[in-house]
Amino acid sequence: MSATPPARTASLKLARSNRQSPARKRADRFGDIGLRVICLAAAVLAGIVLILIAKEVFEGAHPAISNYGLSFLTTHEWAPPLEKFGGEGLIMGTLITSAIAIFIGAPVAISIGIFLALLAPAGVRNVISPLVEMLAAIPSVILGFWGVIVFGPFVAGTLEPFLHRWLGFIPIFGAPQTVGAGIFTAGLILTIMVIPIIASVSRDLFMAVPRELQDGAAALGSTRWEVIRGVVLPTTLSGMIAATLLGLGRALGEAIAVSQVVGGATESHISLFKTGGTLASIIALQFPSAISAMHYASLYYCAALLLVIGIASNLLASWVGMRFGSAGGVTR
Amino acid sequence: MIGRRRPAPEEFDPTQPLVATGNLARRHLANRLAQGLAIAAAIAAVAVLVIVVWAVVSHGIKAISWDFITKGEPDGIGPNLVGTGVIVGIGTLIAMPIGVLIALFLSEYAGRRGARVVQLLMDVMNGLPSIIIAVFVYILIVEPTKQQSGLAAGIALAIIEVPLIARGTQEVLNLVPSAQREAADALGVARWRSVLTIILPAATGGIVTATLLSVARAAGETAPVILLSSLARGDTFQLNPLKELPNVPVRIFQLSEEANPEGFTKAWGLSLVLIAVILVLGLGSRALLNRSKRKLAR
Repeated sequence: MSATPPARTASLKLARSNRQSPARKRADRFGDIGLRVICLAAAVLAGIVLILIAKEVFEGAHPAISNYGLSFLTTHEWAPPLEKFGGEGLIMGTLITSAIAIFIGAPVAISIGIFLALLAPAGVRNVISPLVEMLAAIPSVILGFWGVIVFGPFVAGTLEPFLHRWLGFIPIFGAPQTVGAGIFTAGLILTIMVIPIIASVSRDLFMAVPRELQDGAAALGSTRWEVIRGVVLPTTLSGMIAATLLGLGRALGEAIAVSQVVGGATESHISLFKTGGTLASIIALQFPSAISAMHYASLYYCAALLLVIGIASNLLASWVGMRFGSAGGVTR
Repeated sequence: MIGRRRPAPEEFDPTQPLVATGNLARRHLANRLAQGLAIAAAIAAVAVLVIVVWAVVSHGIKAISWDFITKGEPDGIGPNLVGTGVIVGIGTLIAMPIGVLIALFLSEYAGRRGARVVQLLMDVMNGLPSIIIAVFVYILIVEPTKQQSGLAAGIALAIIEVPLIARGTQEVLNLVPSAQREAADALGVARWRSVLTIILPAATGGIVTATLLSVARAAGETAPVILLSSLARGDTFQLNPLKELPNVPVRIFQLSEEANPEGFTKAWGLSLVLIAVILVLGLGSRALLNRSKRKLAR
């Protein structure tokens, strides 16, 4: 009783020292303002960099924009030695490869999300989830290299002849190439790249669907699939769209893997099996060896187009996510 | 009993086994089909991973030797490894403080609207194609100085890494119990002191995790180094970041563009080293994250 516990003395001392000597008060005022300002500065810096990126890219593209204007979007001739640049083939290549990736990738990825979130037992989920994320971690250059050596020849030798034999009456499945490079191969490589992105986002979406809703549907006699179709998918629709747009943004902007397997052409064909190019891949392929100022400017023009498309798909994704329900995808 | 395919509902037969018929059978079939497809999709994704990793390992292992890792061209890839290390190091040194500060701003200082704006900024930055960031840094640094450099590549990687680090850090900052913040406030501790001495230390594990993950991502980024540091030959070890540095992704890219079987073997070897580093970083950071999350949840 007589001796105060030492811990208490210490805390009293601390409390007393916290009773703010003027020097400490001053330090706290500066410290508070200082840390706040530094944090704000970091955020502002990020904003400035983003604006600067847009400004520099558009300024670099200015000679090409003022020279070709919008006809850049509609002509497909790309001949650096002749100073002729038209991006129509590249834009088509970008859209087609990304469309292949999304049309194949999104359903598969969403199925994976369903499996991981709703069907798999916890043990299986804890093994497969990291593996799917690992697929996202494979660098695009390695995926592209694998595409050149292993996957491209398989596509050219097996897949394309097969599709041509059975679906050749549709013009997009034209005569197969002898080399593996082409729009189709690039689209399939992009599919591999977007699947883990969409899958992990949609897995998180499905996990956030309230258990009671699902149990309610199950109690009414629904099968598991009917619970998914009737409850889970409708409540997460906006989130799935956002996830798909996220994957689309990634596919549109991927330069390296595509440039390795797309074949480096600059015109568009009806057949998917022909070589082509995309806005991003042409930059990676031709930038290091650009031959004239106009060539650089045209590549910058491609970058500017890519920037606009990329930011638009990103903003659209956040807007959809925000407008139609929270990140959890649960509509109220 | 025999020969009667479907018993009429009013004739209840207790010996009949309970099997779904008619509509219910159809619904069960659809259910099984859908589940089967979902499982197949998951198996397909894992199969692709296994096929790719297997291709890299089985081809790459032939190239790996002590000389391959430590010597310069034409025998090995030592300078490329060092160069990638320097470039990624520069990028991470720049990106980590900025990313952490942005995360602090988001979780401690920004109001609702401010947080939303900065969050959107980070999302856009994260979604920016890396080739555009590369073009930007090229215009900003390489074009005026007429000199590729590891520093320029590092800056481009920093722009890629900042949103990753910011998001990872912010996730952990949100896990720090608000009771700790309130306790500090109640003791009259100034905000900046509680941020620096209580909140940040609690989030250290998450910050390290986010940084490791961003390093793993940056190490394999190819677009920036192709534009900003691709002219180095890689025969000698170079450390000067003001000049172009040889590095791993560019070499893989160059070798994959040449039709040279020996080069392909070397590219497989490079890929194996790169993938091994990335997977180790990824697994390590995952373990770390789980540990620090458990700690915070306690």
